[in-house]
Amino acid sequence: MTALLEATGVAVEYHRTGAPPLRAVDHADLTLNRGEILGLVGESGCGKSTLGRAVVGLQRTAAGEIRFDGRPVAPLGLRRRPADLRGLQMVFQDPYASLNPRRLVGDQVGDGYLLGGTSKAEARRRAGELLERVGLPADAVKRYPHEFSGGQRQRIAIARTLAAEPSCIIADEPISALDASAQASVANLLVELVRELDMGMVFISHDLSVVRQIADRTAVMYLGRVVEVGPTRQVWSEPAHPYTKALISAVPRADGAGVLPVELPGDVPDPSRPPGGCRFHPRCPVALPSCADDDPPLTILRDGRSAACVLAK
Amino acid sequence: MTVGTLLEVEDLTVWLATRNGPRKAVDGLSFRVDSGEVFGIAGESGSGKTMTAMALLGLLPHAARTSGRAVFEGRDLLAMKPRELRDVRGRSIAMVSQDPSTSLHPMLSIETQVTEHMRHHLGIGKAEARGRAVELLSTVRIPDPERALKAHPAQFSGGMRQRIAIAVALACEPRLLLADEPTTALDVTVQAGILRLLNRLRQERDLAVVVITHDLGVMSAVADRICVMYGGRTAEVGPRETVLTHPRHPYTRGLLDALPHPEGGAATLRPISGSPPSLGAVPEGCAFHPRCAFAVDSCRVDRPEPVLVGSDHRLACPPDPLGDTA
Repeated sequence: MTALLEATGVAVEYHRTGAPPLRAVDHADLTLNRGEILGLVGESGCGKSTLGRAVVGLQRTAAGEIRFDGRPVAPLGLRRRPADLRGLQMVFQDPYASLNPRRLVGDQVGDGYLLGGTSKAEARRRAGELLERVGLPADAVKRYPHEFSGGQRQRIAIARTLAAEPSCIIADEPISALDASAQASVANLLVELVRELDMGMVFISHDLSVVRQIADRTAVMYLGRVVEVGPTRQVWSEPAHPYTKALISAVPRADGAGVLPVELPGDVPDPSRPPGGCRFHPRCPVALPSCADDDPPLTILRDGRSAACVLAK
Repeated sequence: MTVGTLLEVEDLTVWLATRNGPRKAVDGLSFRVDSGEVFGIAGESGSGKTMTAMALLGLLPHAARTSGRAVFEGRDLLAMKPRELRDVRGRSIAMVSQDPSTSLHPMLSIETQVTEHMRHHLGIGKAEARGRAVELLSTVRIPDPERALKAHPAQFSGGMRQRIAIAVALACEPRLLLADEPTTALDVTVQAGILRLLNRLRQERDLAVVVITHDLGVMSAVADRICVMYGGRTAEVGPRETVLTHPRHPYTRGLLDALPHPEGGAATLRPISGSPPSLGAVPEGCAFHPRCAFAVDSCRVDRPEPVLVGSDHRLACPPDPLGDTA
């Protein structure tokens, strides 16, 4: 079976005036299958959003290869997305910024159909159907984004994405800007859509507990690399990489027990000057002397799990 | 932990000026904070939790009005003249806000920011203030404090900046620290460090902390007692363990159910239907009744007041549908 989305050795560099280029993503690998939700987690600045933007073609890559449905993804220029990449779509974090405040919701959702060659009236009718599908009233078509709450706006943004009839969605922190109760319902909606339409979804989030709940597989990023990937349940119950372990034990639980979460000392290093050897070794509680020199690649362990750590078995 | 009430808030109401006239953002809120304890205020955005903190500090937006009492060390904060309040603010009561990149001044050195109100409130000289600043920065675990004093906020990461903001708040040895979403902008790994720091400070300095957050996981980690707010009112207030393991208010239950389950398991999350009321549109009767699965006729009419239902546990839900399961 070929993967729906496959990224191999992807690197992304940001060029800055008067400073060396910053490698936000460095040799990251990712695969996504049809009908699957892949959670992508990591601290801020680890490159998870940049990797997400690179795989949909919104960010030029410095190295590596990205394939969607077997075809290479070329970075988008000013031209419209080639037809064979229309199935690859993105949902952004902030629905206040991703919707045009001065256009009717129905028109914005219908854009995807218009680009697909549908007539205006038909596009509007189908936009209405999509809005109902994501749980909004049918009259939402004739309203403006400001008339909706944050959670509803994110539903509009999701409907807009669906109009392109995608087979793969990259959702970058799609629920982070929402209130607790809206978070749960939007996350549920995304899961339902993936199952129902047999799509694939990369769910990028800093919130590990949500990823744990909805993702089939989880990929953990640190300083531009994917350091561990595997079925969510196993990654969570027996993390193979010490960084994954640290992330999980830092999540506080609302169990009333008054247990303080475990602290991971130190900060994420400056990505323009990553430490030599394993990138995590300066903060790693179990680092060996050799970790300062050897940079372990992402290695397959078993049961579809991989980790980039010499101690991982 | 010393026993004794440090802050007693009674019937606090805050009106904010809106285009349609004054609207209640906080509506008859009462709670107490004991010295040396961490008191948590939980709720979704718009529940009035930040306005409560702002009212205590006299930092409400222009044209806002308050009523009720907030007695801190024997004096009513709400009745104080601006001049008196200025002596309390930053000295006996300090605040840490959500975003350290806006609470610290980007153009001033760390030294200026940590020492300026020490010199103002305590009237100490530059050299002494500097010495204390070095101590404070090492208390909050900033590496190389001497060098950090000469640096500017942009040279630090988000977590380090929040540590500096806490050092600024602690400079005059306050008795009460108001922390409004102190870790919301931070990564979990960094958040864990800040929570541990707050807990250590409370133990070492007998400092009372009011933590305002929507994150019940954070509450569970640090708070001794928790007040759950909804629509500007108290839904439920009580000891941490009671509120989080045997919640009696349907809203608290709903918030807990909406969280991802700690053991994974169930494939979907359980959201609370509907959305929180906006300012000035709080429903009649119980503010939560339109979203409540247990609502009865009286909930639409009678405004519930918090009543004692257990040891130090108050509940504003007369039907008490979860009472038997507790």
